[in-house]
Amino acid sequence: MLTTTQTIAWLNNFADKIETNKAYLNDLDTPIGDGDHGSNMVRGLTAVKATLADKSDADLTTVFKAAALALISKVGGAAGPLYGTAFLEMAKASKNGDADLDPLLTAALAGLKKRGGAVAGDKTLIDVWTPVTAAVQADQLTPAVISEAVERTKPMVAKKGRASYLGDRSIGHLDPGAVSSGYLFTALLETVAQS
Amino acid sequence: MNLGIVVVSHVPEVAAGVVTLIKQVAANVPITYAGGTDDQLIGTSMAKISTAFEDNSADELLAFYDLGSAKMNLEMAIEMSDKTVHLYDTALVESAYTAASLLQAGVPLAAVEAQLAPLKIK
Repeated sequence: MLTTTQTIAWLNNFADKIETNKAYLNDLDTPIGDGDHGSNMVRGLTAVKATLADKSDADLTTVFKAAALALISKVGGAAGPLYGTAFLEMAKASKNGDADLDPLLTAALAGLKKRGGAVAGDKTLIDVWTPVTAAVQADQLTPAVISEAVERTKPMVAKKGRASYLGDRSIGHLDPGAVSSGYLFTALLETVAQS
Repeated sequence: MNLGIVVVSHVPEVAAGVVTLIKQVAANVPITYAGGTDDQLIGTSMAKISTAFEDNSADELLAFYDLGSAKMNLEMAIEMSDKTVHLYDTALVESAYTAASLLQAGVPLAAVEAQLAPLKIK
């Protein structure tokens, strides 16, 4: 059961991790992308933090929706519609009274796949969201599940996003969206202490 | 005219430039564009795309874009718009030009789409 307080703490923790790793995310995005994933995410999450500052009495749906709209309007790159869609789907799922992580993440993952058109193995954030969602469903999410999922994107050939223009040359690089998703779920573990 | 064109690019000047080019052959086709983020940085903005939909005097639109996130923001704007918007995964400049010249000539949508089909590249 996710509460409003936990969710705001989770997203603020995520924002802090993105801020701390802004340069690293930009560096990851430079050889296989347009070099702005860190900057774009910081812009989005600064807006998320601002909009959540007065939401401590709001319901879960309002919190997720506010985060989604901030990301959609402020990120600018592909991460905006993708993370925005994920949180919008969580907002919709929580409207049905679901506050458990399992149905929320399941809805978010389905939304991500539809929005981006990527499947597992395409070297995108889907490669982190898929095993993490499965682990949450089995009540077995650990830091290792997250870090292994992120690392597995390294040998993959990018099939979606900017890195796909490089074809085989994308091999050997971590996917920046997978890394930022890793921070999202690490923040979740730290805040909600699920394992 | 019932059919209009919307051009979306990551760069404001690219979007505006494509529109300058296609207006040359489509003086009477309603054409609007969205380029860059809300802060005029490189990227796309769902809000700007929605505005381009609303500002276009046509109620049925053909949308063309350059790269990945433009498509996702277009799809989100389409889901929120009352207008019918057709989205094409085609080469931006060539397909926007093709559509503009055919719409100016009064060619129906099905025939325009037939000519856009071989320009699909993404």
